[in-house]
Amino acid sequence: MSEIALPNVDRTIVSKKDIIVNNLKQFTDKKNVLSELDEIRPYETDALAAYKNLPLAVVLPENTQEVSEILKFCHRENIKVIPRGAGTGLSGGALPLNDAILLGLGKFNKILDIDFDNKCVVTQPGVTNLSITHAVKHKGYYYAPDPSSQLACSIGGNVAENSGGVHSLKYGTTTNNILGVEMVMMDGTICRIGGKTLDQEGYDLLGLICGSEGLLGVITEVTVKILKNPQTVKAALIGFPSIEDGGSCVTDIISNGITPAGMEIMDKALIDATEKFVHAGYPMDAEVLMIVELDGTKSEVEELFKQIKQIAEKNKSNSFKLSKNEKERLGFWSGRKAAFPACGAMAPDYYCMDGTIPRGKLSEILKEISRLSKKYNLGVANGFHAGDGNLHPLILFDGSNKEELRRTEEFGAEILKACVRMGGALSGEHGIGIEKRELMCEAFNDNDIQQQINIKMSLDEKNLLNPGKVYPILRKCAEEGRVHVHRGEEKFPDLPRF
Amino acid sequence: MFTEEKKNSQIFQDSNHLSPTSELEVSELIKEAYKKKFPIDIHGSNSKKFIGYNVQAAKSLDFSNLSGVIEYLPEELYIKVKPGTLIKDIENILEKNNQELSFEPTDFGYLKDGKSNKGTAGGCVSCNFAGSRRFKVGSVRDFILGFRGVNGKGDIIKSGGTVVKNVTGYDLSKLVSGSFGTLVALTEVTLKISAKKPSQNTIIIYEKDPKIISDLFNMVLSSSNEISGAVFVPDEPKSKKFAPNKSKAFKLNDLDQEGDFFAFRIEGDQNSIKERIKDISNEMDLKNYKTSNLDIYQSDLFWKSINSLQLFSETKNNLLRAVVPPSKSEKMMSFLKNKYRYFIDWSGALFWIEVPGDQNIKEVKNTIIQNDGYVTIIKKSEDFEFTEKLFTIDDTKLMISKKIKESFDPRGLFNPGKMYKDF
Repeated sequence: MSEIALPNVDRTIVSKKDIIVNNLKQFTDKKNVLSELDEIRPYETDALAAYKNLPLAVVLPENTQEVSEILKFCHRENIKVIPRGAGTGLSGGALPLNDAILLGLGKFNKILDIDFDNKCVVTQPGVTNLSITHAVKHKGYYYAPDPSSQLACSIGGNVAENSGGVHSLKYGTTTNNILGVEMVMMDGTICRIGGKTLDQEGYDLLGLICGSEGLLGVITEVTVKILKNPQTVKAALIGFPSIEDGGSCVTDIISNGITPAGMEIMDKALIDATEKFVHAGYPMDAEVLMIVELDGTKSEVEELFKQIKQIAEKNKSNSFKLSKNEKERLGFWSGRKAAFPACGAMAPDYYCMDGTIPRGKLSEILKEISRLSKKYNLGVANGFHAGDGNLHPLILFDGSNKEELRRTEEFGAEILKACVRMGGALSGEHGIGIEKRELMCEAFNDNDIQQQINIKMSLDEKNLLNPGKVYPILRKCAEEGRVHVHRGEEKFPDLPRF
Repeated sequence: MFTEEKKNSQIFQDSNHLSPTSELEVSELIKEAYKKKFPIDIHGSNSKKFIGYNVQAAKSLDFSNLSGVIEYLPEELYIKVKPGTLIKDIENILEKNNQELSFEPTDFGYLKDGKSNKGTAGGCVSCNFAGSRRFKVGSVRDFILGFRGVNGKGDIIKSGGTVVKNVTGYDLSKLVSGSFGTLVALTEVTLKISAKKPSQNTIIIYEKDPKIISDLFNMVLSSSNEISGAVFVPDEPKSKKFAPNKSKAFKLNDLDQEGDFFAFRIEGDQNSIKERIKDISNEMDLKNYKTSNLDIYQSDLFWKSINSLQLFSETKNNLLRAVVPPSKSEKMMSFLKNKYRYFIDWSGALFWIEVPGDQNIKEVKNTIIQNDGYVTIIKKSEDFEFTEKLFTIDDTKLMISKKIKESFDPRGLFNPGKMYKDF
């Protein structure tokens, strides 16, 4: 996509590449240090693939001690480090820098301890989200957060981004489902936070690390909670003639004290696209389609679906279909889960946005997106985790057309600004990374951002760990005149701007 | 100097007890303290003041007058309040819409003077003590969607918001939960609220064998029947060191107060409760035990008593709060026997232990640590000699915590020494 400002490249570091690479080989097996172009090329981007940048070198340590030695060395030599899990992040959080070492955690791929007595799993960070569930499902357990990339994304990356998924309305996001981590600080200090107990004493460092996008430490071990599978799971497909009706049904379900395991909304464009793509049997006369999933005991699920049907009818639903069996339930989800490839089939490129709004603003934001779609003359399909107000508009465009690219980015930014205006947030689960960095000033003022930067500086005083992410490089608040900048003289020139 | 600033400077000069009524006032007063390097004792209604070390500060900032609901949107499942708002008042407001704070804030009032006092929203967040549903729904920190507050330089800051999913910068709401007012002077907190379940029942199992109790806890945690509370209350030690409380704390028609008992709670609609009790009866083989069933009214009172620590009402002894991995509960019970008065909550993961005399604290603490747990000395006896630290923390985390403290409060003005002697 378009150019984005990255921290200034330190030419002295780049010029010392060979020495640095040789040094790194002291800390781990030689084969774990990659520096040739064809070796490092696969690491030039994450899932925000439009942004590419080559790292100085890639190092793939095999244990915590190696990570510690590498970080200690980089800290001493002022070398930047970009941590990377599976590289499935959608906000560019693992985008390399030319003068930085890319630290891949791919070799941390073992589950260390399955502890059914304490209902937890201790795992290395490179293990995929879904592998954890696979490792415990024979005894009827699962790991609750289920980001759509769960087949490929790593649990370490989930901690960094505080990943959610379709079931976070009832079961929370990563931060509510982990018990502990082992982490290496930028200066090489190894720290254990939490363990197999609920809560930690003192400052909630686990809560701070979760969602910190790799800026505060490198996660080398994670302890996650596992849950027993619910007795009954059922889903319903409900069609509505208008956005307003679908939106107010979401609010009414929640107001009636019902907490579905998942509640998704798709607009007409997405219904059409997915139906063509997977033939999930979605009602084609609906303007808005809702998938509601409930879990619990049989009688409870049945009773609540009766109530949901009544609420839906009150909100003028024009179809209601309850899953009769597991196959049918999965069929209901197949369309929603195929949203991305279905959009991929509709246009050369799509740009997936991620923002949150209060549930009550659902129809308002959909109308705004529709207005913006006309303004920018770009198609858009909308999928929402409606229960928790998390929206994922998919903007359709042609990446080979530079002007269209620019319009796409502007369109995306305007959607996120609207989310903030409506009382929501810039990101629900993809993180800020580089993608939304300059939009942080929409949600936070200078004091808010400075406090966050102060925390970063207190734990990484040289700003070496994943620099250029999350916080505006040139505070856009300043660029936009909210902070008076006189003749280009920045206030507090000695303060680092990350 | 602006007039307003002058006025605040004067207020600050004249009084040691400051009670601001607006966020701006809080900010101005802290700016003044920052300038003059005055340490400040930050507090709400003082319901939990006895927890932690005494703060050595000449000035106190009392948040009880900064109170009131700012915004309550039942359909959005949040309530935004000023920090001095009483938890009791919040619960009454939520009750009208069949909603609640499902983390069940611990009520420390009985411990202090024999009557309920849940304190303020700010205090509840700052201490992060959640009740019996913890193992199922999370702790206080899991229910803080966002906050506004003032840092140690007097800057007004905010984090989070009103939505559940929010990954925009560091999650400072978690960090301020359990920080005992040492990082930020809260001026606004947004709490996630939940629908109240229409009914509840509690099943009592009269049993005392540590192995069986530990197995029952494990069955609770392994069950898909959504059990929302599980405790074990052993009989009180027959020693003069413990003023008898158990019969008063659990005075219910269908609860036999003699002997030890295990209890678990099921919440939901009546049909679902019946269905689940039937299922659990099979899972736990309940026909082999002496049991009783507490109806909705008794069940409600029972859990209120648990979550307000009435077993230790007005105790003069030390009270320890230990959190251990639930599989360690058997070892812990075997150690505690009937030497100490205690009960177990969070389905085997939380122990409240009353310890008479300083000399015993060490052995209890060591046992907890040997069992991979951590411990907080919540209430100190009058002759407590401070040879044992009140909070447990290792050196690395202490170092990290200190750095974080400095990033919020560079001059160390907020509640100095409350948690650790270094800061």
